[in-house]
Amino acid sequence: MGMPGDVSPEGAAIRTAGLTKRFNGLTAVDAVSVEVRYGEIFGLIGPNGAGKSTMIKMLTTLLPPTAGHAWVAGFDVGTQPTEVRKRIGYVPQVVSADGALTGYENLLVSARLYGIPRAEQGARIREALDLVGLADAAHTLVSRYSGGMIRSLELAQSTLHRPVVLFMDEPTVGLDPVAYRAVWEHIADLRRRFGTTILITTHNMEEAEEHCDRVAIMHLGRIVAVGSPADLTRDVGPDATLDDVFVHHTGAAIESGGSYREVLRTRRTARRLS
Amino acid sequence: MRSSAPAVRPGVFREPPAWQSFLVHVLAVADAEARKLSHDPVELLTRAVQPTLWLAVFGQVMARIRGVPTGGLGYLDFMAPGILAQSVLFIAIFYGIAAIWERDLGVLHKYLVSPASRTALVTGKALSAGIRALSQAAVVYGLALLMGIHVRVTLPSVAAVLVLVVLGSALFSMLSLIIACLVKTRERFMGIGQVLTMPLFFASNALYPLNLMPTWLRVLSVVNPLTYEVDALRALMVRGGVSLFGVGTDVGILLAWTVFLILAAARLYPRIVV
Repeated sequence: MGMPGDVSPEGAAIRTAGLTKRFNGLTAVDAVSVEVRYGEIFGLIGPNGAGKSTMIKMLTTLLPPTAGHAWVAGFDVGTQPTEVRKRIGYVPQVVSADGALTGYENLLVSARLYGIPRAEQGARIREALDLVGLADAAHTLVSRYSGGMIRSLELAQSTLHRPVVLFMDEPTVGLDPVAYRAVWEHIADLRRRFGTTILITTHNMEEAEEHCDRVAIMHLGRIVAVGSPADLTRDVGPDATLDDVFVHHTGAAIESGGSYREVLRTRRTARRLS
Repeated sequence: MRSSAPAVRPGVFREPPAWQSFLVHVLAVADAEARKLSHDPVELLTRAVQPTLWLAVFGQVMARIRGVPTGGLGYLDFMAPGILAQSVLFIAIFYGIAAIWERDLGVLHKYLVSPASRTALVTGKALSAGIRALSQAAVVYGLALLMGIHVRVTLPSVAAVLVLVVLGSALFSMLSLIIACLVKTRERFMGIGQVLTMPLFFASNALYPLNLMPTWLRVLSVVNPLTYEVDALRALMVRGGVSLFGVGTDVGILLAWTVFLILAAARLYPRIVV
């Protein structure tokens, strides 16, 4: 099902058409077509096991789709993965900063992998450390960082090359309220300064309601509703929350779902960050 | 909020030639490994135990028996290059577990979403394994000098030995990485690693010459890359040591194996994510 010329992938930061991923007969993402505009903070929301992480892994070129297409920043993730990789940042749900290195060294590795010219590396790294408030901890091993500091470092690391689109998989799981607020301040800051498009996944409906311009509600691999939190809740009823919207569209409570492995991963991440 | 692509794409830099990027990426990965070692060198000490036992206990007893025809070399002189090759093998063959570990942590995802080619990332890992193995050369040289083994301590001979240690370590670490990409869990990997090391070691000329072996074992040994590692080390490292195949042939075969395994590992590397 190749996409004909009538779509203009340039127009959207992310666009998928019938995007599907099956694992041994299990359909994790089921023919999803969705569009994210440039400059949005977009939330992919739903319970564990809804297919959010699989979506993100396909969009970041980590997993090849079983069927369908996806374009990120105007490039096809299947046929132009390197072009996509140059333009995206990714903060996985698991902890991606290397604990055996210092904050500065983690950033140095990223600077080199993203081809930031040597003459510019030092200034970029300093600026990134300042932006997330880690200048004083630059030369401390990351294994001694707190959970909030680790997430901040990962944000700095994934945006050092100023990506067009930043993907964050459950960025605030396991963070205390102070760190939670700091992470969201950094995200807002990024968008303000660089116009970065941000796609996050979360199973926390309040978080999505508060911070996302638009959300897509995922359930069993499908997107059941897309829109701004205000529009979605208004359609369900007065005083409705996104939780109510979820129940309205799926007939299921948000707590359900999540494979053993996913629950394990979430807990392990939470433990490492706390 | 913007509705079209940002005019400037600050994430994309003017790109250097492909070979130059490749080199920068390989060195970025290897440098990170060297920095990790410098932060926590304790493991280098624990690794000194095994070669010490082999040379100081097994070697000294065997040397008294004088049962192995080593062609004019003392048994300890014959065995020292074999033990260096063996300790390189034993470390490198478990290198893949680091990849599984990095996957579980999320560090691996960060590398795989970067624009660095898979071949560059994997070559960086091969070089990293080589750097880790250098300490084994230091241990074996130190022991050899203490025990009166007739090692050559000239600059060209030591330099050649170090190059071979890096090459051998790169080779076996890639074999290990391939296994890790196929089995994907630590438990299964440990099982296979244990099963592989001893046959590779015994079906080689590390402890006894090829002409002492029964035919079936000799056939296995001639296929086993460890044999060529030992053969070259024997000629370069100890006074009076001779190569059976010629150092040029040895290095050629080791290089061919390494390149083949790097290319295979680069293909399989992204699979470890799932």
